[in-house]
Amino acid sequence: MNFESELKKGNFIISECTNCQKIVWPPSEFCNQCFSEVSWRNASNHGKVVEFSKQNNDYFCIVEIENAVKIMGSVSNGIPNVGQRVKIDNCGMKGENYYFEISLI
Amino acid sequence: MPKVGIASYGITKFSKEDSKIESVLLKSTKKLFDNSHNLSRGDIDAVLVSTNNNSKYLSAILSEMSGIEPKIAHSIESLCNSGTNAIVSAYSYIASGLADVVLISGAERYDSPGQILEWDNSRGEFKHPIFWASIFTKAYKREFLVTDEDLALVPVKNHKHAQNNPNAISEKTYSLDDVINSKKLTDDLRLLDCSRPCTGGASILLASEDTCKKYTDSPIWITGIGQKTTSAGFTKNTTFSSMESTHLAALTAFQMSKHNVKDIDVAEVHDAFSVCEPMALESLGFTDKGKGMDMIQELYTTNDLKINPRGGLIGSGHPLGATGIAQTIEIAQQLQSCANKRQVDNANIGLVHNMSAASTSSTVLVLER
Repeated sequence: MNFESELKKGNFIISECTNCQKIVWPPSEFCNQCFSEVSWRNASNHGKVVEFSKQNNDYFCIVEIENAVKIMGSVSNGIPNVGQRVKIDNCGMKGENYYFEISLI
Repeated sequence: MPKVGIASYGITKFSKEDSKIESVLLKSTKKLFDNSHNLSRGDIDAVLVSTNNNSKYLSAILSEMSGIEPKIAHSIESLCNSGTNAIVSAYSYIASGLADVVLISGAERYDSPGQILEWDNSRGEFKHPIFWASIFTKAYKREFLVTDEDLALVPVKNHKHAQNNPNAISEKTYSLDDVINSKKLTDDLRLLDCSRPCTGGASILLASEDTCKKYTDSPIWITGIGQKTTSAGFTKNTTFSSMESTHLAALTAFQMSKHNVKDIDVAEVHDAFSVCEPMALESLGFTDKGKGMDMIQELYTTNDLKINPRGGLIGSGHPLGATGIAQTIEIAQQLQSCANKRQVDNANIGLVHNMSAASTSSTVLVLER
């Protein structure tokens, strides 16, 4: 399963080690702890805000998912707070870059 | 370990000039030769080029253009701390005996591809450095109750220092109001909080102890080296209000030099953005966590040039591959008491702090007379 081809379809998947069960992020073919092969599964679409800032009228933030994956995305509603629960509504690729659209819950 | 020293150096003015990378490399190399009377081309065993430029084979090209036929010639890239990585590589070649004299030349163009780390997709659409800097600033301000107005003192101080640095890109001083009223890039970052990408070159010559004395009466010794890479991806940082890699690199460098932070008389620290200066001072151990701005305020009020006498990255400009070398040249000049209007009194031991990619990698050097 190719991470980017799934992301292009709007599916956010993560790699998990078949041996030590570690979530490997950024996505990789091999575990960065034991070099075993990984398997792929859908990531939780829930996370929490680690930090945030704002450009023009748009907030952006670092979100942590499953205590293992941190990504930066844009916030579609309201003012985020550190520790706040959020949901990933949309993800995909714009050109070479990944994008994540996040809403506060 | 055998001693390795700085035997000579040369630097260009940092600018927005549209020069070819080869020309920038050659200019600071020529200045180095102009500054070193006993240096023969045949003495140079290795030529190392530090840059993020995409051009190929630059070390061989610089060697040919300079009439050098080195044994070892290659480029070194590590984003913004390429320069000190090249110095550490040169040190290792000399300490191991593989080379006796090494020329290191760093250069960058204003449009360097090293400003963006494409690989780091965990940053999503937010790959420009202003976004990690905004996150650092937000985290630092919240954790230590620091304001934008407090942080604005960093560019005020460093542009002021840069006015005494003939090679700096900055040509004027700024007030706190100027910084606060400069273009707002994000809620947490203004234009004057940022160092500027620019075109510039800096070259340095390292040599073994005995050979060093052939080229200079006042060699500067590299007595401490610490490096640490904690990750490549920005979001892997475990904290956004301090620099873990810097802290760990400093411990190693101090241990090797048998000195501690209290012994440091002068330092160049990697102020890529305003918030980086207090964070670096805290992570290097100059002051307690959250107290970096108090230290900077004290230095500014007493006109003490101890931190970033040449103006740091904010005042001097930031030609990535040349920055770590330019920082090292500044500290060498300080220790040689030849820094003119930038001179810090009684500078015997100095420190260089050079980092890359949101502090995921850091180099700390300790230099001595």
